[in-house]
Amino acid sequence: MLGWLTDPFASPILQRALVELLILSLACGPLGVWVLLYRNAYAAESISHGMLPGLVVAALAGAPLLLGAVAGVLVAAAGIALVARDQRLGADVGVAVCVSTLFGLGGMLALSPQSPPRLGELLFGDPLGVSGGDLAVAGALAGGVVVALLAGHRSLALVGFDRAAAPSLGARPLRWELALLVVLAVTTVAAVQGLGNLLLVALVLAPAAAALNLARRLAAVLALSVALAALAGAAGLVLSFHLEIAAGASIALCAVVVALLALLVPAGRLTH
Amino acid sequence: MSAGGVSVRGLAGAYVPGRDALRDVSFAAGAGEIVGVLGPNGGGKTTLFRALLGELPIRRGAVELAGRPAYVPQTERARLDFPVSAFDVVLMGAYARTAWFRRVAARDRAAAQAALDRVGLPDSATASFGALSGGQRQRVLIARALLQDAPVLLLDEPLSGVDSVSAARIEALFAELRQEGRTLLVATHDVRQAGEWDRVLCLNGRQVDYGRPAAVLSPETLRETYGGDLIVLEGGGRAIGVGHHGHAH
Repeated sequence: MLGWLTDPFASPILQRALVELLILSLACGPLGVWVLLYRNAYAAESISHGMLPGLVVAALAGAPLLLGAVAGVLVAAAGIALVARDQRLGADVGVAVCVSTLFGLGGMLALSPQSPPRLGELLFGDPLGVSGGDLAVAGALAGGVVVALLAGHRSLALVGFDRAAAPSLGARPLRWELALLVVLAVTTVAAVQGLGNLLLVALVLAPAAAALNLARRLAAVLALSVALAALAGAAGLVLSFHLEIAAGASIALCAVVVALLALLVPAGRLTH
Repeated sequence: MSAGGVSVRGLAGAYVPGRDALRDVSFAAGAGEIVGVLGPNGGGKTTLFRALLGELPIRRGAVELAGRPAYVPQTERARLDFPVSAFDVVLMGAYARTAWFRRVAARDRAAAQAALDRVGLPDSATASFGALSGGQRQRVLIARALLQDAPVLLLDEPLSGVDSVSAARIEALFAELRQEGRTLLVATHDVRQAGEWDRVLCLNGRQVDYGRPAAVLSPETLRETYGGDLIVLEGGGRAIGVGHHGHAH
């Protein structure tokens, strides 16, 4: 049994993939908790999908993905604001219309026969294809995310728990709500190589949902979310190796299974 | 411990220029005074608090405070599903004076437990905030304000919907805070209760009246404050404001 679990990681390719996923778990685990506590799950998916054309264009042009991500988010935000100005439609319709359009456009560009083959990875990811350079970039971005979340921990807690009183306690709600979305965008860029634009949301949200169901204290929830994200990543790689299925999809599936299993445990059972 | 004091002169505040959310507010409350803030829902009670907290742009007039005020929101504004204990919530009162990379100081942790003791919840430190009763939650939020050690406390309907034990404890605490020289502004719909405090401020988009309860709480002033949402009982000696949601207080 132990061999079944460890054999896959004899390969340097899977070792690099595991390191990539452990790095991403450090960022995605706590970020997902904040995203859920801020009830931003829809925004998380929308931002991730809405920035796809920006990522694809940046990749085609050889520009940094972060630049493409920022441009993609800005275009999505402008489009949403434009549609939402029509009061008959509203913000939800604006998000749905713009994000679907942008995601469709991004998918069309990424999967076009004229596009380089690796652009498809922006959609579905390829953790087995990460290079040392990819690891360094993901590590730097994820490190930045972790530091930002640590620095903002108390302010995020104040705003998330009690938005009305947060300013009197030293935290500006709009500033931290915006900061969370920025951190989400950076995490998306860090994770897109390994997990793809479509699947990374699973590693952000599913372990966090499980952790919120299992633990009662914020510190425990955050730590548990990191551990469950790492577990889902490692389990996904093992499954992918033995069943010969796509690694990104396998990881996303394991993350969702973790969340479903957590629902079977009575809430707050693990910690008090 | 700091002496309180609030002075407001000709205040008008608006989120959008030219569209005042509150206007013509002028009052002064000294250290050790409790001011009942009366008004219908949407009458400007919370808006006044936001102006005093610096969150509502002040378009005209001036505000002077003895120090940064502490704000106690209505308990239902806080998230009940947030993974925090009562102690965690109280400790939030020390966040503004704690650098992000430092642990909350031991003296603040001790003060947080003392604040919980003071509001009558010494054994509830580890309880999940969301699992407490409405009255207990309100007391935890007041304990958080105590930890802020502010000279001025702004309390938004702290006695609405709380159980009798919590209400008694909160009212006793108000008396202690008054003795300590703090200034309390307490938004309420309960006219009878406001009549027991030092001053009453009546708002309805603007200041209707301010002064000693005996002078302010006349049926005419209350009618002007609440419009049609007022029931006067017992020959005019007792009045009940009825909120726009139809709740009598």
